[in-house]
Amino acid sequence: MRYTFSRFNEYLVMAWDALKNHKMRSLLTTLGILIGVTTIITIWTTIQGLNQYVYSKLSGIGAGTIYVEKNPWIIKGDYWKYRNRKNITYKEYRALKKYSTLADHIAPEVLSLKNLSYGNEEVKDIYVIATTEQYAFTAGLFPETGRFLTEPDIRSSRFVCVMGAEVAEKLFKNENPIGRKIKIGSDRYRVVGILEKRGSAFGQSMDSFIIVPIGTFRRVYGGHRGLRIALVTNNPDKIEELKDEVRGIMRRVRKVAPGAADNFSINQQDMLTDLYAQLTTTLFAIVFIIGGISLLVGGIGIMNIMLVSVTERTREIGIRKAVGAKRKYILLQFLIEAILVSSIGGLLGIVLGYGAGSLVLAQMEITTGVGFTSIAIGFGFSTTVGVLAGFYPAYKASRLNPIDSLRYE
Amino acid sequence: MLIQIKNLSKIYHLGGVDVHALDRVDLEIKQNEYLAVMGPSGSGKSTLMNIIGCLDVLSEGSYVLNGKNVSGLDGDQLAEIRNKEIGFIFQTFNLLPRANALHNVELPLIYNGTGRLERKEKAEEALRKVGLADRAGHRPNELSGGQRQRVAIARALINNPSIVLADEPTGNLDSKTGAEIMRLLDDLHRSGNTIILVTHEEEIARHSERIIRLLDGQIISDEQIN
Ligand SMILES: Nc1ncnc2c1ncn2[C@@H]1O[C@H](COP(=O)(O)OP(=O)(O)OP(=O)(O)O)[C@@H](O)[C@H]1O
Ligand SMILES: [Mg+2]
Repeated sequence: MRYTFSRFNEYLVMAWDALKNHKMRSLLTTLGILIGVTTIITIWTTIQGLNQYVYSKLSGIGAGTIYVEKNPWIIKGDYWKYRNRKNITYKEYRALKKYSTLADHIAPEVLSLKNLSYGNEEVKDIYVIATTEQYAFTAGLFPETGRFLTEPDIRSSRFVCVMGAEVAEKLFKNENPIGRKIKIGSDRYRVVGILEKRGSAFGQSMDSFIIVPIGTFRRVYGGHRGLRIALVTNNPDKIEELKDEVRGIMRRVRKVAPGAADNFSINQQDMLTDLYAQLTTTLFAIVFIIGGISLLVGGIGIMNIMLVSVTERTREIGIRKAVGAKRKYILLQFLIEAILVSSIGGLLGIVLGYGAGSLVLAQMEITTGVGFTSIAIGFGFSTTVGVLAGFYPAYKASRLNPIDSLRYE
Repeated sequence: MLIQIKNLSKIYHLGGVDVHALDRVDLEIKQNEYLAVMGPSGSGKSTLMNIIGCLDVLSEGSYVLNGKNVSGLDGDQLAEIRNKEIGFIFQTFNLLPRANALHNVELPLIYNGTGRLERKEKAEEALRKVGLADRAGHRPNELSGGQRQRVAIARALINNPSIVLADEPTGNLDSKTGAEIMRLLDDLHRSGNTIILVTHEEEIARHSERIIRLLDGQIISDEQIN
């Protein structure tokens, strides 16, 4: 065993010397591998980074939360089915609130874009979310200063608002916003709270919105707008039961005939993570096909150059055999040379690919750590290609007849 | 008896024609003999050397080396015999062009598993014996023809072979350098080696104790000298 290992060392040194003697050629030989591994590692690193990011953001939606909406989040080609659906109404929200026993929290949401102003400062097209105090639980929002909406705010439909951090920064340069009155459209609202900053996701700020009581909103703008209703169970294991209950209530309220399909949708986070997983699986498959093809091409390149090299070095092989090299040692020598040149390409590919992937992610403000898997993948692929591509030329070299090789000009 | 060759033929088939490079050769060589093989070009001298050196295989007949029948052995077994028993010296030196003298000399030791340090010591010692201790780091193209041949001799000797085979070792050298190489071979013979030498020159052949002459693949004379 130790004997074999010291031999291996020997051949590594030999191979290294041979490659050093042809630096440029070695580099060109391994170019295909380098490109293949770079491609795979770049995309692998990017996807891994995206995965971590996406799952961390999506899990913010909460595993115990469902949304009753007009349409499903993901429509797969059968969009005509949803064309004639009716908006979710306030009445339906009342019914769910009244009859649901499994929901721990339930909040209606009406979304619209409005212009805000305070004194001379104005910000346009900010999302106004009309809801109740329950929204704090369904959306997981916490005030940084001041307070969230309260039940009395809702009951009395007060003109109060809670602001996202970014909106507050834009409207109030140096003032404490709490207690000030801002204008939404042409109506005045008192600021009662500023929310914790949440940063951005997928390049969009998550702090650029404002929350008002739903009654107030309905009084000002009318009640015709469609709702989305968020329901939360604190026990995510109960989510299927909650969905069944909600479906039952909705069907009853909407008088859906037994056997007829739902005319509303119940959405949840799973749908997004599932879709994302599907997308990335496809992407992975594509990457591995592309990477596989370039590795194949790279492998053919290595085999080709190794065959040339074996022919060129026929005399060297003859000399080695003349002084007593057995077949397996010649085989090992050329095989290790192929593996070495291929692994060098692989290593460079890992470095380049990792760099490129990190660069892509940095563009999206995502940071990643060095993935052990990506190193293993890059190294594994390139070594395997080296073995496969190097074997035939090495075998050919090992079978050369010593006397003919010595005579080779 | 070190070498026993009986009825040995080497036949090449070339386009339907059989070329008898060696034709029913019988030859016995004793331990520590100094034998010269002579004959015109194409008479089969190199072919005979290569078969004796286990580089080539015979077509017919039998060859027993050191009591071992070599005719039936496979490539790897022959490689092992070459490594242990044979030291080659070629007309064209046959050194690895990109390796330095030391590495060229230690090459046979790599293939019998000698460790790095021992290899280096032995190779340096062998280079010293041929007077090239100060040229260990030189590549063949940085050495003169005579120096290259001495590197080849050092390589041939490194494994203490029972036979040294020299196929026209002075063929590519001027007469003065050739004479130096012959002195080295004479010394080797005196220190107990068996030497088989192929040459065209009578003067070189006279360094030996016995001369056989080949013609068209057959031994036409076999004489002891001095
Ligand atoms: N590989 C081969 N294929 C066909 N014929 C060969 C081969 N090798 C040698 N021969 C033939 O065998 C014969 C003997 O060749 P060999 O090389 O032994 O001659 P030689 O005595 O060493 O000649 P020289 O003095 O020129 O070196 C020649 O006729 C040669 O053409
Ligand atoms: Mg010859």
